Amino acid sequence: MANKQDSGEVVPSGISVRAAEIAVALFLLTLGGLVMYDSVRLGFRWVGDGPEAGYFPFYIAVLICVSSLGVLSQVFFGKRRGEHKVFVEWDQLRLVLSVLVPAAIFVFGIQMIGIYVASVAYIAFFMVWLGKYSWFKSVLLGIAVSVATFMMFEIWFKVPLFKGAFNPLSFLGY
Amino acid sequence: MEEINALFHGFSVALTPFNLMLMVIGVVLGVLIGVLPGLGGANGIAILLPLTFTMPPTSAVIMLSCIYWGALFGGAITSILFNIPGEPWSVATTFDGYPMAQQGKAGEALTTAFTSSFIGAFFAVVMITFLAPLVAKFALQFGPPEFFSVFFLTFCSFIGMGKEPPFKIVAAMMLGFALAAVGIDTVTGQLRLIFGWHELMRGFDFLIAVIGLFGIGEILLSMEEGLSFQGRTAKINMRIVIETWKKLPKFWLTSLRSCIIGCWMGITPGGATPASFMSYGIAKRMSPDGGKFGTGMPEGIVAPETAAHAAGTAALLPMLSLGIPGSPTAAVLLGGLLIWGLQPGPLLFVEQKDFVWGLIASMYLGNIVGLIIVLTCVPLFAAILRIPFSIVAPVIIVICAIGAFTVNNAMLDIWFMLLFGVMGYAFKKLSYPLAPLVLALVLGDQAEDAFRQSMLISQGDVRVFFSNGLVGSIMALGLLMLFWPLIGRMKAALRKSAA
Repeated sequence: MANKQDSGEVVPSGISVRAAEIAVALFLLTLGGLVMYDSVRLGFRWVGDGPEAGYFPFYIAVLICVSSLGVLSQVFFGKRRGEHKVFVEWDQLRLVLSVLVPAAIFVFGIQMIGIYVASVAYIAFFMVWLGKYSWFKSVLLGIAVSVATFMMFEIWFKVPLFKGAFNPLSFLGY
Repeated sequence: MEEINALFHGFSVALTPFNLMLMVIGVVLGVLIGVLPGLGGANGIAILLPLTFTMPPTSAVIMLSCIYWGALFGGAITSILFNIPGEPWSVATTFDGYPMAQQGKAGEALTTAFTSSFIGAFFAVVMITFLAPLVAKFALQFGPPEFFSVFFLTFCSFIGMGKEPPFKIVAAMMLGFALAAVGIDTVTGQLRLIFGWHELMRGFDFLIAVIGLFGIGEILLSMEEGLSFQGRTAKINMRIVIETWKKLPKFWLTSLRSCIIGCWMGITPGGATPASFMSYGIAKRMSPDGGKFGTGMPEGIVAPETAAHAAGTAALLPMLSLGIPGSPTAAVLLGGLLIWGLQPGPLLFVEQKDFVWGLIASMYLGNIVGLIIVLTCVPLFAAILRIPFSIVAPVIIVICAIGAFTVNNAMLDIWFMLLFGVMGYAFKKLSYPLAPLVLALVLGDQAEDAFRQSMLISQGDVRVFFSNGLVGSIMALGLLMLFWPLIGRMKAALRKSAA
């Protein structure tokens, strides 16, 4: 997983810092543009009694755009533009995604079947898949965590948590 | 002497069995939070905040601030035993702490770290006791322009003091302001930046941002490092503690200097992280053993730990006396005040004496409780770090999701938490600072209100910000901070051309 660069040093392959810098700066630039667009709609001028509702956001958006352009200019024209640094190696990215993707599925699960049931499934899956634990241990720990949160939130502190669009625990009466 | 009386009154408020129990729970939870990856002081408190809705405010703030002390202590454990800084301000502690642990002196290193932390925090609490009421009294005369100038100084300090590239500091901060502007405009009542999406009307809650940026982001970052931690074991017993304590007094000068650096950096929102690096750097230059720093010198632990804790504690001074937090954790505590129905700001010292002095007294007690707990329970906390990441990670994500949901009982917030997590991961790797983003999100509305009220008073004349000596000098200081990076560069250029 390593390429030979011209300089002779071994650089692991992955997403480069340069690409990541550009992506984040463009993301910020887009956000700045959106904010500016809405500020113009609201009115960004200085009227008799002070600034309009869009005045503050407008200049914030200007600063976001200016600073993200500044970052971009440093990427393209700065002293370090020739450097090839790796933002994240493919192997690392795979590990990060192996947390992120199940986490996204977990959040979707919360929306459907509620926090308690989704948590059991998520913890158990994660332990079996990445930790290579047995199904029995994993499901047991998942249930233990869910029961503990249930006791703490619904019973002791009386803070109801999200039960999902299809509440599978409706038979408990909470 | 008024303060001493008030402080003793505070002790009588804080010293009930219930509050003492909350202190112990808070410190233990805090150390756990500081030790576990993905749960730091700021988002740990953010997650637990909704559980304190029903508690009396004084007890609630005592528990939450004790979590903060615990988290400050906990950061040192991972730095020294595992060479993994649990919190950004413990990075400098790894320089000499981990080498000491490798040489088998982990117990000594931990004792040194905990004791220095305690001294730093204690120094800062004494300062808060005497300075905060004065600042609050002074701030009672503040009008909107003065408040705006303090906000201005706060944000400019990030640019002047920050280690990150100035463009990135500005971008992160402005992103915070933009997110704060989403929702109903407090002055005109217009809906801003929601683009027809009515669920956005509430705006972005900074607690969600804190949980996502610091919690999920941190988990993603630790995931990169792989799944296993390799650590050293530590034995601490009374003998080691006493032996270490006998050696510490000779570092009194380093300690005092670090306390002062920490307090200064904590009040002006430079924060604990730069304070710890600055203190380490200065100690290295001044110490006769400076050349040996980095190989396991106790003095190299004293300097950053003392400064980080002094700064972390001092950050509560502007939060209490002005209602302007100096760090993300202080901002979360400030959010707590609002939830418990207290109005932060200088009036707090007049209207909520029990609360304020109970909190200040609990800082003394909480740090003593903290020191005792960490000195006695290190092996226990270190054992927690040996729980495999494949168990810890999903449980922490579940806890973060629950925390994000309970802030507003909104499902959408859990999605936002995930988004903020990805953002936190990318921002941290590209050294966009997160603290100014969070503080701008917390203070954005207030800063804007202060600005617009000043404009209403002066009928649109910007000169109101220079209309008297006080507001003028704070603004001037802010401008100096704002252009500090440029001034520094110009100085370097001049020096080069002179040479």
